Amino acid sequence: MARRIPAVMHAIAVDHLSKRYAHTLAVDDISFTLERGNILGLLGGNGAGKTTTISMLLGLLVPTSGKITLLGHDMAHDRFAALARMNFSSPYIALPARLSVRENLEVYGHLYNVPGLNARIRELAAQFDLTGLLARPAGELSAGQKTRVALAKSLINRPDLLLLDEPTASLDPDTGDYVRTVLEAYRDETGAAILLASHNMAEVERLCDDVLMMKTGRIVDQGRPAELIARYGRQTMEDVFLHIARSEAL
Amino acid sequence: MNPALRRVWGLIYRHVALYRRSWPRLVEIAYWPTLNMLIWGFTSLYIAQAHSAPRAVIAGGLIGGVLLWEITLRGQMGLTLSFLEEIWSRNLGHLFVSPLRPGEMLAALLTVSAVRTTLGLLPATIIAYLLYRYNIFAPGPVMLLFFLNLLVMGWWVALGIISLLFRYGAGAEALAWTLAFGITPLACVYYPLAALPVWLQPFAQILPAAHIFEGMRAALLHHVTDWRELALAFGLNAAWTLGAIALFAAEFRRARVRGALIAIGE
Repeated sequence: MARRIPAVMHAIAVDHLSKRYAHTLAVDDISFTLERGNILGLLGGNGAGKTTTISMLLGLLVPTSGKITLLGHDMAHDRFAALARMNFSSPYIALPARLSVRENLEVYGHLYNVPGLNARIRELAAQFDLTGLLARPAGELSAGQKTRVALAKSLINRPDLLLLDEPTASLDPDTGDYVRTVLEAYRDETGAAILLASHNMAEVERLCDDVLMMKTGRIVDQGRPAELIARYGRQTMEDVFLHIARSEAL
Repeated sequence: MNPALRRVWGLIYRHVALYRRSWPRLVEIAYWPTLNMLIWGFTSLYIAQAHSAPRAVIAGGLIGGVLLWEITLRGQMGLTLSFLEEIWSRNLGHLFVSPLRPGEMLAALLTVSAVRTTLGLLPATIIAYLLYRYNIFAPGPVMLLFFLNLLVMGWWVALGIISLLFRYGAGAEALAWTLAFGITPLACVYYPLAALPVWLQPFAQILPAAHIFEGMRAALLHHVTDWRELALAFGLNAAWTLGAIALFAAEFRRARVRGALIAIGE
């Protein structure tokens, strides 16, 4: 069981965050918080600033201005303390293809200093239906199997904060549904916070307590999925997404 | 285990797992040193016979040079290629968002490089002894100081190349294969410093290799330890290493500002 985050602490606190490249303002003065035990959806079309925002949260990218505090740690000065308590998964970043699934999980188990690593690997393998694949090289897996391995890697250290980029991409509907159930259960059991970037609006409606809608680097709206659907007079989050993406006014 | 040591071991284990699953990579480690030893070993035998020169003199100059310079080349390749493995496997994103510090990553890659270099040179060392009766360890423990200096030189060259990878992305990959070879004419591996044109000598003298090989020739041919050359090599290596670490730190920081860590493989 992962340690619980103190109730008073935001899992994520982003304050007036901006990122400017030479002539492009990729993220424009955004602020938001994510509370423990909550799942926050980060939505927006291509070029909206989601990847830049996630990269700054992960410490891969230094903000031009603003402040990021994760699990009480200032990312500008204390990012490794935060990184040890969080994890990340994206289908766009691979795991070494020649290493077996078990070896990949062992490597990251060591990097995250996971106690009882063998037992943890067995637990995750059972959870993500990877037991029969542990000896297989990661490069020989199907896209869906790779996504499941990446998710197992992202939970190896029982993170207090989980950043997920398209967590169910490449999964068939049945497996996708199972993964969503695992993520909900993980959140409920541990009180972990999850930031989810997804283009699957049904997934967002099901999983997210709150949603941030980004466009051209700014947060143009936010709220609970049901609130947003009601506010825009639409039927689904997909309709809300399309409305915001196509609206000139926002 | 201490968490920092465990993180270092985690990355070393990643390479151990890679090598035990990839025999072409294992062969590559020893291929060039062995091939070079065969070519230069027979060449030195031929020259010794043709010119009636003492075999020890030729062997000391050529075979010793081949073996020792390979320490620098393999050390550099070992560090650079280990880093490139992370780029090729698109794994850097995972590593840089883990608690692994850049210093720990370097410690792991340096260890991998040292092991690769040792294993890679073992067959060439054995061949030199069996075929050419040449024992690189004959001058005694002082040779370990020469080995260490050459390895460290390979490492700071590699740090420079990795810094360029941070700045220019995988487009700078070709430097991993060529940069250290480009230094060879100034390293005075096979000839004394005095053989270089006078105007070129100062450029050679700022490299530790020129001093190491002057010292090596004194040790192998005249059985004396030139402590002055060794001290110069140590001092120059320390200066170049500090410079390379500063460059690495600056380019890593710059890559985080530019967002290059996300797209380094492109």
